[in-house]
Amino acid sequence: MKRVKKMQYESPKSIDDAISLISNSPGNVRLLAGGTDLLVQMQSQVADPDLVIDIKNIKEMKEFKKEDGVYTVGAAVTGMEIIEHEEFGSDWPGVVDGVKLIGSIQIKGRASMGGNLCNASPAADSIPAMIASGASAVIAGPNGRREVLVEDFIKGPGKTSLKSNEILLSVKFPIKKPNSSGAYLRFTPRTEMDIAVVGVGINVTMSDSGICEEAKVSIGAVAEKALVVEDAATALVGNKITDEIIENFISKVRASARPINDKRGTVDFRIQVIGVIAKRALKMALERIR
Amino acid sequence: MTRRHIEAKINGDNCDFLCESNETLLSVIRNQLQLTGTKEGCSTGDCGACSVMLDGRLVCSCLTLAVEVEGKNIDTIEGMSNGEDLHILQRKFLEHAALQCGICTPGFLIAARALLEKNPNPTETEVRYWLAGNLCRCTGYHKIVEAVLDAAEEMRG
Ligand SMILES: Cc1cc2nc3c(=O)[nH]c(=O)nc-3n(C[C@@H](O)[C@@H](O)[C@H](O)COP(=O)(O)OP(=O)(O)OC[C@H]3O[C@@H](n4cnc5c(N)ncnc54)[C@H](O)[C@@H]3O)c2cc1C
Ligand code: FES
Ligand code: FES
Repeated sequence: MKRVKKMQYESPKSIDDAISLISNSPGNVRLLAGGTDLLVQMQSQVADPDLVIDIKNIKEMKEFKKEDGVYTVGAAVTGMEIIEHEEFGSDWPGVVDGVKLIGSIQIKGRASMGGNLCNASPAADSIPAMIASGASAVIAGPNGRREVLVEDFIKGPGKTSLKSNEILLSVKFPIKKPNSSGAYLRFTPRTEMDIAVVGVGINVTMSDSGICEEAKVSIGAVAEKALVVEDAATALVGNKITDEIIENFISKVRASARPINDKRGTVDFRIQVIGVIAKRALKMALERIR
Repeated sequence: MTRRHIEAKINGDNCDFLCESNETLLSVIRNQLQLTGTKEGCSTGDCGACSVMLDGRLVCSCLTLAVEVEGKNIDTIEGMSNGEDLHILQRKFLEHAALQCGICTPGFLIAARALLEKNPNPTETEVRYWLAGNLCRCTGYHKIVEAVLDAAEEMRG
């Protein structure tokens, strides 16, 4: 990478050191997890940081644990580490669906879910799945820690609610309900190595008698950020999942999509196809409960 | 600022190098260590020509900073054969004519070896998905997939 000024690199061992580095460094500071967004931006001179802070040598950032049913996935845990965690995959299969779609094996060998979240692309594949699962972002700053739901963490394309001296520490998942499961599906022209034209993450909890007790639906790539579709969840809750209920669910998903026209899909196409993908994701989640 | 001094293991051997903080691992491997088997295609993570193993993980060396590899193990294509003795995958690529210009080949070989270490008996679909991050502009992929499946069979014995 050609540049005139010198970039500095630091690799702190603790969160506190990382926070004091970002708080006390003038100039453009960027955090580095797997680098699959940051290095692409540096290669194309979109990013030109004065200081890069590598967070991978901070123990907490690489922690992946389950305590009292609650998973904490450190912000720098890689996609491959998440995919290889079988118990996590059986509890949160929808999240793993999303993570599996992040680029190639090479990309997932480095890319983190935390980085996918902080990069805040409207088409990021792990985000709708995290939202549907009720996940929250754990944030560290100079004044301690705070937690926000993933849907509130994302503000817009490339924008998060992180302040300039804050770091994403981990993503936390709630205790998984019995009889619940999830799925994430996207539509892309190629099956691999492509950017979502639409994406749907869903989580549903069913009763023993086949009534939907709880649902959360999130759609990606059809607005400036991943959206929560409450109407679609409401269409399911309290009902047996009949064809009629599914049609109603689809229409609510379509009604809340507000995509743009671009080279990858027109507005009409995206609204049409997101209904199809939502239906498939719902069926996949239901199938996984059985 | 002075250049950074980094110590790592490359293909099992200790090595050290000096690099700028913003230099990629790919650039150090090729330009300083003179291991030019690892190729540069896109520099953006799309083509896989720069694939190496980093502490046992398949990664793109174009999206890794050289300063990140302090104390780590890196395996490149140069460590694949045992002297003149080709790795089974290398031999199968030749037998099946799974290469033409050869630019993508080191990346495919490194990626395919990583697959077979994890999954000695992959289906054709599994091979194709695993290798989706490696692009080839010449062969049309079919012979590559055949070579990998054939190598897997021979390696299983
Ligand atoms: C070839 C290719 C294909 C891809 N395909 C897909 C795809 O299909 N779907 C998809 O969703 N994504 C895709 N991506 C993008 C995906 O790899 C990234 O979004 C990745 O998940 C980011 O994680 P990272 O660890 O590499 O982050 P980095 O690049 O290290 O960081 C990403 C951003 O977040 C910031 N950051 C990182 N960690 C923190 C933290 N803890 N706190 C605060 N800020 C932080 C960084 O400064 C940077 O701005 C692709 C990328 C490539 C190169
Ligand atoms: S050169 Fe690294 S992926 Fe193309
Ligand atoms: S043989 Fe030429 S790119 Fe693959």
